[in-house]
Amino acid sequence: MVAASSNSRRSFVQTFMFWTFRLATYFVLACATCIFLDIAIKGSRTVFTNHAPFINVKFLTEPPQTLYVFDYQGKKMELSDREFRKWQETHKEPVDATSIAYSAGGIWPCIVGTALLVIGSMIVALVIGISAAIYLSEYSRDAHFIRFIRVAILNLAGVPSIVFGLFGFGLFVIYFGWNVSLIAGWFTLGLMILPAIIIASEESLRAVPKGLREGSLALGATSWQTIRKNVLPYAMPGILTSSILGIARVAGETAPIMFTAAYAMRDEMPWQVTKWTDFFFQGVMALPYHIYVVSSKIPQNEYTERVQYGTAFVFLVVVMLIALASIVLRERQRRRLSW
Amino acid sequence: MIDVREVDFTYGDHKVLHNVSLQMPPRAVTAFIGPSGCGKTTLLRCINRMNDLVDGSRISKGAIHVEGIDINSPGLDVVDLRRRVGMVFQKSNPFPKSIYENIAYGLRVAGVKKRSRIDEAVEKSLRSAALWDEIKDRLDTNAYGLSGGQQQRLCIARALAVEPEVVLMDEPCSALDPIATAKIEELIQALKTQYTIVIVTHNMQQAGRVSDLTAFFYLGKLIEFGPTVKIFTNPGEKQTEDYITGRFG
Repeated sequence: MVAASSNSRRSFVQTFMFWTFRLATYFVLACATCIFLDIAIKGSRTVFTNHAPFINVKFLTEPPQTLYVFDYQGKKMELSDREFRKWQETHKEPVDATSIAYSAGGIWPCIVGTALLVIGSMIVALVIGISAAIYLSEYSRDAHFIRFIRVAILNLAGVPSIVFGLFGFGLFVIYFGWNVSLIAGWFTLGLMILPAIIIASEESLRAVPKGLREGSLALGATSWQTIRKNVLPYAMPGILTSSILGIARVAGETAPIMFTAAYAMRDEMPWQVTKWTDFFFQGVMALPYHIYVVSSKIPQNEYTERVQYGTAFVFLVVVMLIALASIVLRERQRRRLSW
Repeated sequence: MIDVREVDFTYGDHKVLHNVSLQMPPRAVTAFIGPSGCGKTTLLRCINRMNDLVDGSRISKGAIHVEGIDINSPGLDVVDLRRRVGMVFQKSNPFPKSIYENIAYGLRVAGVKKRSRIDEAVEKSLRSAALWDEIKDRLDTNAYGLSGGQQQRLCIARALAVEPEVVLMDEPCSALDPIATAKIEELIQALKTQYTIVIVTHNMQQAGRVSDLTAFFYLGKLIEFGPTVKIFTNPGEKQTEDYITGRFG
């Protein structure tokens, strides 16, 4: 019975492969859920409170401060830097306090810094990326040259982010003399996601039907008018889709900003500058760099864990919100301009 | 008057038009007929230089004059040429905008800002394209909501709005049902009092119905050109007769 045995074997292989693939999928899902739940549960202890308004407003709106922990009259005190100084004024007696950096106060400057970095670098990347994509898909004619550029772009996409960080440090921070600044971070992060933006923008531009271009040109529009009025608007939803991924990457990368834009600690907020031009040339705090600092640059204990998980949780939420905003924007554009 | 003189046209190394010469008179309909791949659309797209968009293609010999102007002369402004020589495409290509904005597009890119003038042009060209009464109440709706035949007439109206002298039509009815086709043919008849019209068609009955002159192309050569009545009743060439009677093509 050759046929029968091969039949059962075949069905065994079928079942085996099916379960292999299925388990692989479940494994990925389980890992993602574990990571997310771990951060969400531990982080929500910091971010939420059990009394009104149920959100730890301080954590979201104050700059990081040093935490002082000490025993006073049998009571365990946990005071932030500012509170501790005020407490000392009234009590005038020396206490043996342990200081733990960054573990009191909040992460407001990091949220602001990350938002500024994301906005600025997306503007840099979209302006350069869309321009380059327009050139590649609408103007350039030489097929060999385009192929060469495309290979170069793909190579750029494969460069590790730390290399972009060093490049940005060498070019923007040192050679251009911008120092550690927002603008250096914008350009470094912008360059990092440029390949993704160019490739996706070019695809979106090519997806616009040829008839729209021809129809426009035949009415006496110039190439630029055609692109501006009749190609680019219809490619925008696709370009925005691709930039959503770019946003998540820009917000999340630590390596490119650690040499170019991020400060471990800064007391002034980014808008507290004397001259408006200083705005571009100031370093900022950023969520991913703050996580890096609080989890590897300071001694670990039960107090640092609060700020680590709290920051990570806020960070996830911020990235999700930015992504959500771009999805909404894209859907609105898509509904307005469908063909 | 469109004067095509001894034109050769090549895509890369491939020659698609061989020594084509013909004169299309003003305010008349000239039809290009012939089997697929015979070069009729290529010649049509030479007249408003739409072939500029195709890499590696060029007129390698001869010249085309529109109203006495060499359209391939280096100093010629191609944008200006396309305003004077409008085009309607095989696949109707309204822009994904409102009906009003579709018609206004050509005026806006030409720099017309005055609302009253655009309003006027929209109404006039929609009336010329026999579309006004059907859609005057929904000018602000998306052009994609129109039927196929209406979309094609919208494209004709759009071309008329910039007041061209010549209208080129590349198989304008190939995707339409018989009733919509009849409407477009009627429209062509009405328009020829004001415009020079060149139409490419696969449908020989259509060429017979709408055109004053017919040019028959085969394998990149102009086989015969003359009054439509003569081409269809008493063709001078054997190939023309074979094609018209349906023996090939």
